[in-house]
Amino acid sequence: MTISAHPLKEKYARSHIKRTTTCPGCGIGTVSQAILRAIDELGLNMDDFVFVSGIGCSAWIPSPFYNADTLHTTHGRPIAFATGVKLGLPDKHVMVVSGDGDLTAIGGNHLIHAARRNINLTVVLVNNGIYGMTGGQTAPTTPRGIKTITSPYGVMEHDFDISPMVVAAGAVYVARWTTYHPRQMTRSIKKGIQKKGFALIEAISQCPVQYGRASKLGSAVDMLTYFKESSIRLAKAREMDEAQLQGKIIVGEFCDREKAELSEQWVRLRCEMTEDK
Amino acid sequence: MQRNRKVLTGTHFEMGNWACTEGAIAAGCNFAAGYPITPASEVANFLAARLPEAGGTFLQTEDEISAICAAIGASWAGCKAMTVTSGPGISLMQESIGFAVATETPLVIVDVQRFGPSTGVPSVGLAGDIVQVARGSHGDYQIIALCPESPQEMFDMTIRAFNLAETYRVPVFVMADGFIGHMREQIVVPAEDRIEIKNRKIAQPAATVLERQDFQDINVAPMPVFGRGLKAHVTSSCHDEHGMRNLSDPEVMHRYTMRPIEKILEHRAEIVRVEENCEGANIVLVSCGTVSRSARAAAQLAQNEGLRVGTLRLLTAWPFADLEVRAEAEKVDYMLVLENNTGQLYPYIKAEAAHACRVSFLGPQILGQIHDPKYILDHIKELIQ
Repeated sequence: MTISAHPLKEKYARSHIKRTTTCPGCGIGTVSQAILRAIDELGLNMDDFVFVSGIGCSAWIPSPFYNADTLHTTHGRPIAFATGVKLGLPDKHVMVVSGDGDLTAIGGNHLIHAARRNINLTVVLVNNGIYGMTGGQTAPTTPRGIKTITSPYGVMEHDFDISPMVVAAGAVYVARWTTYHPRQMTRSIKKGIQKKGFALIEAISQCPVQYGRASKLGSAVDMLTYFKESSIRLAKAREMDEAQLQGKIIVGEFCDREKAELSEQWVRLRCEMTEDK
Repeated sequence: MQRNRKVLTGTHFEMGNWACTEGAIAAGCNFAAGYPITPASEVANFLAARLPEAGGTFLQTEDEISAICAAIGASWAGCKAMTVTSGPGISLMQESIGFAVATETPLVIVDVQRFGPSTGVPSVGLAGDIVQVARGSHGDYQIIALCPESPQEMFDMTIRAFNLAETYRVPVFVMADGFIGHMREQIVVPAEDRIEIKNRKIAQPAATVLERQDFQDINVAPMPVFGRGLKAHVTSSCHDEHGMRNLSDPEVMHRYTMRPIEKILEHRAEIVRVEENCEGANIVLVSCGTVSRSARAAAQLAQNEGLRVGTLRLLTAWPFADLEVRAEAEKVDYMLVLENNTGQLYPYIKAEAAHACRVSFLGPQILGQIHDPKYILDHIKELIQ
């Protein structure tokens, strides 16, 4: 058997890791490639980064795969851990990669407070609308009406609209793309890395095994086709009413602005307080 | 002139929470995260003002969970990190205390204990967290917990906590309470060069983590601190000595739990401290933390009346001073265990002592009050009747 490896793997993955943990058709590979392409295109080195992830399928994107400092944390807490890492290593890029359950359910408070603080983290939030690893339970992102294993009669609650929520919480850069938009996603991750402040890239991703079954959207190809046909650019969406936007995925850059960043302010304060007088 | 605001050498009259802050800064703490909570808030308040002067960072977080997580993250970033809270905060931190244990993260957690359970009485001290700091996170592990009895010891033991955390790559607790946290007494801060400071060993670069032992060395593996190109793999899930996740090999699972336990127990002689004042005694008062002050006063009152009463004080609650308690029990007729709670260490003491002497427990006259030495003396007299 010949094992062929992607050139990005040769360059950026731990050499002894031979396989990933994702199911066939999972969108995580596309997101991982977008992250590594962004780092590659920016000419950055893995030693410029610390990757922090939580619990769930997408938390396994950097850990154990990426050949860098990786911190795989408890459920919901990667942003809290990453905040300490960034304040301790203000010169490094600190990237959080985790899922919608990890970052908006159990860890939702950390997400909005990190955005409010405007600490320089790049958060890649993989949103597949379901708890995949534990067997297809309802997430705060599961659309109303869909039947999941914990909502067998249909989800009665309303789902989070993550990107606008993080804009409202104070992030300086927020973009949403689907796995049908890998180039746009890569560009936004590059912007997020370069941005001084809290950046969120929401990556809508297919989980054919759990979400595909629950929503009856079907296979990975069916789900990508849905992403393609349902995605509406933000500018166009602004001209549409609520009824027209039903079932659509609004994609694009939700904000790109400047604000004082936390770790930089700490560097400045520490210098002022300890310099020779 | 360079501002030297690291060690405030001199004699001070301040509260224990001030002493704790100054101990942390003298020990080289350069990162603290915390959330306001009575009676621990002053430590965070002082740290917020003092850390920048000493080149450090203070983060007020959205909750205690975030505080301990940020402190662990900062420790991996190479900082000497701490968090400070009280009982309800410890309850919230429990999951991540286990994370620090499993990932062998140096960390100091100051617990200025208060009256519980639940929200309880914030401003009244009680040694309510003695067992939860050692047994509160899920799974099996060992913890180091130091028990100061005065503001001076909140200074000294906070320094020792950082040194132990750095030496053994473990979370270490300072178990103060609302009484000594808010008590004002004389605090002597020594000259900077008289304070012993320990720093963690740091790993060397290797081609891959498989060529390096980053975890699970009983004699403490050098830490693959982030930001140095060491490409550390850190996970609290079951992992091997390289830090790589392994959820299938039973031997790796065994080592993952046992090695961090053995790392502490193997070095117990350097960690466990007791203060024994039992010469000629046939009754010994066993205590730890604030109640030790009453124990000492009661022993003095008893000795004044010709009674042979001594004291055994546990300066470390954990790892439990089993050998020391056992040895003492074999020398005396009676052990009276004094705790500012309903008897949290009592079962552990009894298990080591009951074969050799009579053992009983005495809580404070009213929960939330410090034991009155006269009340202890009256109890001793009843015992010997």
